[in-house]
Amino acid sequence: MATAERAVALSGVATSASSSRHLYVAGAVMAGLLVLAPYVVYPVFLMKALCFALFACAFNLLIGYTGLVSFGHAAFLGSAGYASAYAAKAWGWPPELAILFGVGTAAIIGLLVGALAIRRQGIYFAMITLALAQMLYFFCLQAPAITGGEDGIQAVPRGRLLGFLDLQQTMTLYFVVLVIFLAGFLLIYRTIHSPFGQVLKSIRENEPRAVSLGYETDRYKLLAFVLSAALSGLAGGTKAIVFQLASLTDVHWTMSGEVVLTTLLGGMGTVLGPVVGAFVVVSLENYLAQLGSWVTVVQGAIFILCVLAFRRGLVGELGRLLGRPL
Amino acid sequence: MFRIPPQALFGQLLLGLINGAFYALLSLGLAVIFGLLNIVNFAHGAFYMMGAFVAWFLLQYAGLGYWWALLIAPMAVGILGLVLERTLLRRLQGLDHLYGLLLTFGLALVVQGLFQNQYGSSGQPYDIPPALAGGRNLGFMFLPNYRAWVVLFSLAVCLGTWFVIERTKLGAYLRAATENATLVRAFGVDVPRLITLTYGFGVALAGLAGVLAAPIFQVSPLMGANLIIVVFAVVVVGGMGSILGAIVTGFLLGLVEGFTKVFYPEASNTVIFVIMAVVLVVRPAGLFGRAA
Repeated sequence: MATAERAVALSGVATSASSSRHLYVAGAVMAGLLVLAPYVVYPVFLMKALCFALFACAFNLLIGYTGLVSFGHAAFLGSAGYASAYAAKAWGWPPELAILFGVGTAAIIGLLVGALAIRRQGIYFAMITLALAQMLYFFCLQAPAITGGEDGIQAVPRGRLLGFLDLQQTMTLYFVVLVIFLAGFLLIYRTIHSPFGQVLKSIRENEPRAVSLGYETDRYKLLAFVLSAALSGLAGGTKAIVFQLASLTDVHWTMSGEVVLTTLLGGMGTVLGPVVGAFVVVSLENYLAQLGSWVTVVQGAIFILCVLAFRRGLVGELGRLLGRPL
Repeated sequence: MFRIPPQALFGQLLLGLINGAFYALLSLGLAVIFGLLNIVNFAHGAFYMMGAFVAWFLLQYAGLGYWWALLIAPMAVGILGLVLERTLLRRLQGLDHLYGLLLTFGLALVVQGLFQNQYGSSGQPYDIPPALAGGRNLGFMFLPNYRAWVVLFSLAVCLGTWFVIERTKLGAYLRAATENATLVRAFGVDVPRLITLTYGFGVALAGLAGVLAAPIFQVSPLMGANLIIVVFAVVVVGGMGSILGAIVTGFLLGLVEGFTKVFYPEASNTVIFVIMAVVLVVRPAGLFGRAA
């Protein structure tokens, strides 16, 4: 087992040293663009896209790198949103602690959901996560004392980060969100390229073989699930502070579907795909917002188009053209 | 706890049984489709909704009543299913299960969005057919005729389906193709056509459930969306390996839900999910499932 692990680790190091320079460049370009973007584009829109991008990256860790299809990821985004909003509003916690509280809440729920869902494989996994997320939705709907029911938790105070950064300033808030996003993004990048990430990929490619090599795949899957849930929680908690709102929208199954769409459109199993997907989906929603239910129709059509015509997604196709994984 | 009047208790149990009938019809269709196509049909709820809408259209625009709807709506929905299988789903053969789920999810969104655009989110009423209006007093409860009809009719449809699949030659082909499609094809059976027909049939069952549901619930674009998630939980509990298992689990969970509504209404939305969680801990393969 030890040698196998080391072999996998070494091959991981070897590939990342030789072939990921272009990824560093792409990542740096992305970070640079995001630093300059708020001077050109409406910052609130960017913050929404960043929260959503982090959510999609966390989701991609499961669907793209572990081969686990969760159809209930809204549960983690939404529960963390509620937890952060509640901590900030009812208990008056500062934003950094409120967000951390949201991350913890999402991680615990992720542990429970993940422990149940990994007991079945493949398509059942998707159905179980969807059903458990729906259960959480009903809890949130029926516990107005905590969640505010249909109204949600409104007017959440943004407060001062670490006591001195006034988050009422839009630009300050933007750069805080950007730092949170980049931190989450880098953590996911490191995870994917670590020995742990290599084991996850081997589970994706061939789980029985990973088991036969001596890996306790259930523990790896559960850990990946909890990590993904916690990072989704980071996105959810940040979103609640930014928009000063936690509502049922974020725990509803449509949100779970949206993150699947984002990742599929951007490119499953690519590092940058979910980010690109998030910006496309959020802009699409912005432009189609006046059209009501047409948003749903367009989203459905994109799903069908992606599945039939380009399963690699935008970034996946680009990476294929360049001959390099992005 | 025991002071609940029998009227209320049996009334809720009957409603539970009716929900159970819908769970059974829908999970039966899902199981049949999954067996042959290896696709979890996320659009099942949308087909159920379309069944109800076809019934409403027929009444509204063609003046055709419930009995015609019971015949025409499943056929219309089934034919749409045939077309979709031929044009879209067929292209996914040999790909990961995931893509079938995603494609049908997209289909469900498109259908639901289109209907929502046209009819909003509120429901359209659909009257109980005159022949089944009213009810009878059984002494311990009042039994509305229409509800009795729904339970008995869906039970008959479920058992009929079970009979066709388990006891006829066509069913034998179907089961054989589920086990090993290539081999069955080598024997000269037109498996692709069998697959198309199976999808059409499974989807028609959903349409039929929609017609049955129309007079009980209102006909609304969102009626299938939430139902399908519960049906997924039912499928996880029952396991998709067994036809009879799908039927029994559907009715059983409907009853449990009815019971919960009487004794602890707050949990009635979530009880099926809780049962699913318990089953996953105790018997991960599902009540009737075979270990993968």
